Amino acid sequence: MIAHSIFFYFFSLIAIVSAIMVTASKNTVHSVFFLILDFISISCLFIMIGAEFLGMIMLIVYVGAVAVLFLFVVMMLNVAQQKNEWFSARESSSHIPIGLLVSLVIFVELIIVVGGWKYKPELLNSISLNISSELTNTQSLGNVIYTDFIHLFQLSGMILLVAMIGAIVLTFRHRSGLKRQSYFKQISREKSDGVEIVKVKKNEGVKIDV
Amino acid sequence: MFSIGLGHYLTLAAIIFTIGVVGIFLNRKNIIVILMSIELILLAVNINLVSFSIFINDISGQIFSLFILTVAAAEAAIGLAIIVVYYRNSGTIRVEEIDKLKG
Repeated sequence: MIAHSIFFYFFSLIAIVSAIMVTASKNTVHSVFFLILDFISISCLFIMIGAEFLGMIMLIVYVGAVAVLFLFVVMMLNVAQQKNEWFSARESSSHIPIGLLVSLVIFVELIIVVGGWKYKPELLNSISLNISSELTNTQSLGNVIYTDFIHLFQLSGMILLVAMIGAIVLTFRHRSGLKRQSYFKQISREKSDGVEIVKVKKNEGVKIDV
Repeated sequence: MFSIGLGHYLTLAAIIFTIGVVGIFLNRKNIIVILMSIELILLAVNINLVSFSIFINDISGQIFSLFILTVAAAEAAIGLAIIVVYYRNSGTIRVEEIDKLKG
């Protein structure tokens, strides 16, 4: 129990500090690195609490895909040198106190909700998808996700497809002056357009007009 | 203090959520950092769902967390594509200079 709490405080301290560094860091590349650290420590927490599959998926999806995507974009756009400053921006003095106030209010509200909150008494009886102690976490997720939640699962696949096509369409660039292959022109070409049969007279040759 | 309950996880999620909101409010330079703050907020929501799912012994919270992960990945891809296109068109992604809509 002691070890569990020590690990919890360790990982959550790393997560909070790196979350602060994500927003406060001067260099955007450093922000991405701290985002990776944050995801890794939160997924360690997930693995510790008993949601191993989700922790591993978070490592794969966030650290392997999303953070690398962020890094690529930061490097492509060459904004790493663009300093990320909070307090020295021009005309920024008006919104910073209000922003801090609003976020403080949000935090206090969340803490109040955490402190004064209770289960509804019927809740614990109405749970239908119990986590069984014999199956592993991955097994019990797999038992449910392809049966009870199959429509949501397919819908999330559609969301990923739409995002992929949207990203490709958005970043696709038509450059003029580039010779491209046009299947329609190639296929609809006929013999009468391409070939002409000419009777060649003796000693005159053929006049070629292109 | 030494027995970690649901409240600890919820407090951690609240702190990370608030840091994400602060990052959106106070960042005036770089729009990529705003996208990263949105990722932090979604991460806090995931922590809430997973810890509730573990502590009341119901697995559907983890499934919803999986779907939130999907949506977050899609959102990051689309948002970064929009940023790349905007940078190509206007040459900057500083938050102060993005004022074409005059909002």
